[in-house]
Amino acid sequence: MDIANALVVFLNFVFIPAAAYGAQLALGALGVTLIYGILRFSNFAHGDTMAFGTAVTILVTWGLQALGVSLGPLPTALLALPVGIAATAALALVTDRAVYRFYRVQRAAPIILVMASVGVMFLMNGLTRLLIGVDEQRFADGARFVINVRDFKAMTGLQEGLALKSTQALTVVVAVIVVWALFWFLNRTRSGKAMRAYSDNEDLALLSGIDPDKVVRMTWIIAAGLATIAGVLYGLDKAFKPFNYFQILLPIFAAAIVGGLGSPLGAIAGGFVVAFSEVAITYPWLKVVGYLFPDWQPGGLLQLLGTEYKFAVSFVILIVVLLFKPTGLFRGRSV
Amino acid sequence: MKKLLLASAAGVLIAGAAGAEEIKMGISLGFTGPLESMAPAMRDGAELAMKEISDSGLLLDGSTVTPVEGDSTCADAAAATATVERLITAEKVKGIVGGMCSGETIASLENVAKPNGIVMISPSATSPALSTIEDNDLFFRTSPSDARQGEVMSDIILDRGIKNVAVTYTNNDYGKGLADSFQAAFEKKGGTVTVNSAHDDGKADYSAEVAALAAAGGDALVVAGYVDQGGSGIVRAALDTGAFDTFVFPDGMVGQQLVDNFKSEIDGSFGQNPAAEGEGRDKYVAMAKEAGFDGTGAFSAEAYDAASLMLLAMAAAKSSDPAEYKGKIMDVANAPGEKILPGELAKALEILNGGGDIDYVGATSVELVGAGESAGIYREVTFDGGKMEVVGYR
Repeated sequence: MDIANALVVFLNFVFIPAAAYGAQLALGALGVTLIYGILRFSNFAHGDTMAFGTAVTILVTWGLQALGVSLGPLPTALLALPVGIAATAALALVTDRAVYRFYRVQRAAPIILVMASVGVMFLMNGLTRLLIGVDEQRFADGARFVINVRDFKAMTGLQEGLALKSTQALTVVVAVIVVWALFWFLNRTRSGKAMRAYSDNEDLALLSGIDPDKVVRMTWIIAAGLATIAGVLYGLDKAFKPFNYFQILLPIFAAAIVGGLGSPLGAIAGGFVVAFSEVAITYPWLKVVGYLFPDWQPGGLLQLLGTEYKFAVSFVILIVVLLFKPTGLFRGRSV
Repeated sequence: MKKLLLASAAGVLIAGAAGAEEIKMGISLGFTGPLESMAPAMRDGAELAMKEISDSGLLLDGSTVTPVEGDSTCADAAAATATVERLITAEKVKGIVGGMCSGETIASLENVAKPNGIVMISPSATSPALSTIEDNDLFFRTSPSDARQGEVMSDIILDRGIKNVAVTYTNNDYGKGLADSFQAAFEKKGGTVTVNSAHDDGKADYSAEVAALAAAGGDALVVAGYVDQGGSGIVRAALDTGAFDTFVFPDGMVGQQLVDNFKSEIDGSFGQNPAAEGEGRDKYVAMAKEAGFDGTGAFSAEAYDAASLMLLAMAAAKSSDPAEYKGKIMDVANAPGEKILPGELAKALEILNGGGDIDYVGATSVELVGAGESAGIYREVTFDGGKMEVVGYR
């Protein structure tokens, strides 16, 4: 029984939150890594692209709610998601046309593109705030829980409860579907293969008749889609606040770099590595240990770092990876 | 020589007769920020008192009172300092109702109000640090220190048979002061605080903080935070993970917003906030209703009293100069003298103009103790069936 209790505590406070957060980071990191692989620069505006996409989705969600449309137990935001993706893709394409294309045609050094993306980041920052304001918005509706604590306790008779929020389950399910679709697209379709060829060797790809403009367009549309989905899932699970989307950029980059920039598989692995480290390092293990070793009475909470230092964990992972394995776990490009 | 004398005499006469002036009063509250849902009712309270006095025409030979608003943001000390600076140097206010939160109040008092010699009466800054601050007798508050709230909260919790609690506080002067004074009082009375940890406002997700609190355990969770900020986030995460189902809410959390956020999910929880009972309060709530706002809002009555006290002290000192009237605030607030309820400010002015004494009771049974802070009566509230109910006063 004690082992079951320990497992439930672990699942409730570590595994489930970290898995949902990891899936959100992985989707964000996929967008970053895709742009890095194909367009060859680190897109700092990715966090704010997520915020913009989410803001549009929220506005459409409100519209749908006002019309009385709902998806039953699922959040209405899923219906609004395609509109959000379309708007974000349009914005990304306009930005590419107005900013990045100029530097690409000149074959500017990647660092110049990175700096341009910082400018774009601030612009999108402002745009999102003009659109929806700076306040926190909660737009999750439908059923809140797949399993809630009270039911779980009644069902199992365990001392500890387990909660699985529907947004957490939804996040993981959607992430799996999106990742599967992305890999299918990259490996099986003509456009996907063209994108990979362009990423491997730009000149060879051009020689074999691949239209570079089309590849760039596809990349932006896919990246915008990934960003919007990641943003909406994050917002559904937690809450939408533009500033938090700016902050989430750091763990996303940590995830992409840990996995290896340019490697989609690495981005997914990196997302989960960062999420699990953040949660596991700031989690006090006292309760879990208490169930497993009832005789041991440790003095403290068995917490490696206070929760205030959550963000520091991504920094440390970033620095360690850059020092010891700059290409990341899955052999992306070194940064 | 004769001409000069005559001119001087005439000058003195004119100066004496021209007593009526336009007195500007600053209202520096957090209209944006973590307590923004409370600020409007507080402003309305302060303005109600100013209007009442201004309309009576009895203050300093018919002087009028004009309120000037400023946004103190509650959370950003630099912004609050700039706001108070503007009120004092540009608007030339004679006194300020504010600030709203403890940290910003300390900053604007020390940096601006004290050097300029302007009186500040805060309706809602409750940090124990403000009791001992060096203020040149310029700072007062119509709310009690959190040292007192810590005592009251301990009693309420222990009376319900709860001996183990976890505490989380918002990471600033208010939160830390309240959490520490509560822990000291609770442990002295025989309770145990399993953990006393901070949370930062404005995060998307508080599951990590709640996980730490849950690991330490406790029969209830004391949330010394803000309802528009991390406080609600903590409660949300604690409910979702089943970490706690009973919460204790101090003054920063108790409000309609809390009920709107959680409805019946927080049934069985309880809390307290400063609010007096009695005739003064009832009268104030009725007056507020007539003026079109909710007088039961947290700290709204305190704001009314803060503004009244300052203006009545001016009448008692026969001057709107802060250096003159600051010494009279304690006099008008406390006995001896005629008791003054809300809506009787004109009567108070008549008595003061006639050289008499008043004992301002106001909307919150004002009794200033120590360095000029309210002695403190708290109302105890419980949450049941998705509603907040007042169950008693302490």
